[in-house]
Amino acid sequence: MKGFGKAVLGKPGFVDLLVMAVIILVVFPLALDIFRLNLMGKYLTFAYCAVGLVMLWGYGGILSLGQGIFFGIGGYCMAMFLKLEASDPVSTAHQTTPGIPDFMDWNQVTQLPLFWEPFHSFIFTLFAIVVIPALTAYVIGVSMFKRRVSGVYFSIITQAIAAIVTILVVGQQGFTGGINGITDLKTLHGWDINTDSAKYILYFVNGVLLILSVILGKVVLSTKLGRLLLALRDKEDRVRFSGYDVSSYKVFVFCLAAVVSSVGGAMFTLQVGFMSPSIIGIVPSIEMVIFAAVGGRMSLVGAVYGALLVNYGKTAFSETFPTLWLFFMGFLFVGVVMMFPEGLSGLYKTYVEPRQRRWMMKVKGGKGIPEQLNENARV
Amino acid sequence: MSFFPCHQGFPAEARKFRKLLVKSVLAGMIANVLFAAQSSQAASNIAVTDKEVVVGQLHSSTGTMAISETGAIEAEQLAISQINAMGGVLGRKIRVIQEDGASDWPTFAEKAKKLLESDHVAAIFGCWTSASRKAVLPVLERDNGLLYYPTFYEGLEQSKNVVYTGQEATQQVFAGLDWVAKTKHAKTFYLIGSDYIWPRTTMKLARKYIENVLHGKIVGEEYAALGSTEFGSTINKIRLKKPDVIYAAVVGGSNVSWFKQLKAAGINGGNQTLLTLSVTEDEAKGIGGENLVGFYSAMKYFESLDTPENKKFVSQFHAKWGENAPIGDVTQAAYEGPWLWKKAVEMAGSFDTDKVVKAEESGKITFDAPEGLIYLEPNHHLKTKLRNGEW
Repeated sequence: MKGFGKAVLGKPGFVDLLVMAVIILVVFPLALDIFRLNLMGKYLTFAYCAVGLVMLWGYGGILSLGQGIFFGIGGYCMAMFLKLEASDPVSTAHQTTPGIPDFMDWNQVTQLPLFWEPFHSFIFTLFAIVVIPALTAYVIGVSMFKRRVSGVYFSIITQAIAAIVTILVVGQQGFTGGINGITDLKTLHGWDINTDSAKYILYFVNGVLLILSVILGKVVLSTKLGRLLLALRDKEDRVRFSGYDVSSYKVFVFCLAAVVSSVGGAMFTLQVGFMSPSIIGIVPSIEMVIFAAVGGRMSLVGAVYGALLVNYGKTAFSETFPTLWLFFMGFLFVGVVMMFPEGLSGLYKTYVEPRQRRWMMKVKGGKGIPEQLNENARV
Repeated sequence: MSFFPCHQGFPAEARKFRKLLVKSVLAGMIANVLFAAQSSQAASNIAVTDKEVVVGQLHSSTGTMAISETGAIEAEQLAISQINAMGGVLGRKIRVIQEDGASDWPTFAEKAKKLLESDHVAAIFGCWTSASRKAVLPVLERDNGLLYYPTFYEGLEQSKNVVYTGQEATQQVFAGLDWVAKTKHAKTFYLIGSDYIWPRTTMKLARKYIENVLHGKIVGEEYAALGSTEFGSTINKIRLKKPDVIYAAVVGGSNVSWFKQLKAAGINGGNQTLLTLSVTEDEAKGIGGENLVGFYSAMKYFESLDTPENKKFVSQFHAKWGENAPIGDVTQAAYEGPWLWKKAVEMAGSFDTDKVVKAEESGKITFDAPEGLIYLEPNHHLKTKLRNGEW
């Protein structure tokens, strides 16, 4: 608890976190109708990946272009559970084999595959959402970082894995729903997830989990591990020569980012009501990096805003200009990278923070934060 | 040097912040429950005034599907402008809100929700792939919307909220196989399709029909991954087995490689009967006519159809969208959507979804379409003819 307090409260970053929490949990729900709020909920699920990428890429310097894999694992785990609940023998009585998901029936699968069986249990599903991505990331991480695969090679390999996973999911349609994904999800333990009130509750669950993820990130990055990550990003060899086992730190942060993304994926399934391979492949994985870049890759809170801004831009532009909107998105990305290479959080640091600091100094009677020391202390 | 200066003065303030946070979250939640109660009642309204009725159009104008869906977008807009020129529906002009599904299924669901819950459209004309329809379906059923879906598809579905103006698999398969068995005296068949739900379901039906009804023999059945461009091994097997008919449902870009490689291997319309379910005028443009000569397509509509209705439609389409715009099966089926909706609304005398659905299910709605007279059956599908066209 002491570490938690040190990392989260009593830091100028706490104000940022509080503002974000208020925006997500109070301002949005009051200002938006349920349809727009549900959309915000969807954008926030992508923010999990961006938060993971801040830890992984911004701090660790490890650019993963395959975060969609982990997002997909979480999403598919949740979707499998919900699909099994929607496929009870009564409502699937018209099928050749009642009691299995409809897409399996279309694909002449006559028995529930073994790996689907445990997903009858909600507890197992929650467990799987955390453990499977961690294990996957561990295997990928160990096999690469122990061999000192890093930099652009790591990025390319993660991208290749994202492609492989997509092809596998699309190809094994009898077991995964193929290109259609897992659709028509209805209830969670008999609770209809498509009603307006369920959407409100799911939005808050989603928002609170995201804020907890950001706090978790802040805690982790404010420990010695956070500083080691920064150090090995900038001078990996020097850290290694100092006697640290560099690869273990990398594996750890890779696993952590994977778990956070996976939780986002599970939330995505609940917000949107289905899971599809179109959000786990190369393109969405790269989009997740863009969210982090737009938000500012050194800022956990910024990553959330980045995901919100880019996704909101997508929706707004495509509603107004259904045929031209991709160009506007392109301009947005190029513009942000050219003019604000530090992303939104860079803008914030340059323009808002000095004022905030002056204000704090005034309030605290001159005992504000010394400017130089504050560099790098922000997570 | 420490990176993390410690501030001793904060905890008291922090406690205050925490209290504030808890309070504001609670306030937000309470406000929401009230909001939710109100908004769920407003959802059933339809955006219609004395002069205007709003409908949605939801296709991919960007992404990989844009090339296929553009024809449908154009045809629906043509039909709507013609209906408006005739005075609209129940005296109201139709205003279209176009949304882009971006070839991405979650986006389709999002946009359908937007059209129904924010714009309160009376009907949606849209979707192309089965995946996009499957994504939109739960939204339609929950918000009680109406979708006019133009693509030939795998069947196995009948939603009260969808009118399927394309053919479902049984309509496309049985008549086509009958024809090829009769005129070409075919006994052996080789089935090939892309690996997803539509070809798989289609071939499942075809296999049963060939074996049980036509008493023919299937000498091979194969599925190529979506987007696959390598058909060498399939073509070798075909040469070995020498089937009377190749029955194909290869889709999208794979079609180009499939037909080019067939031609390169010496298999062409002169020495092999091939019946495909997935080549319309749109695809033919990409494949190249010379690679298709002599092969057959089983479709409900071809641009070259020699009827007065079709000639009128083709010239109107070309006048609006350019001489070179090809008109495929789906494009024509999309054209039928707004007209069928108009007829159903007029029969119901209302834009209310339940009343329109009742009119649709009356079995009395017909339309003199470019493809010929069509009947809307109570099962939400059309009664139409199947045509086998030679390229």
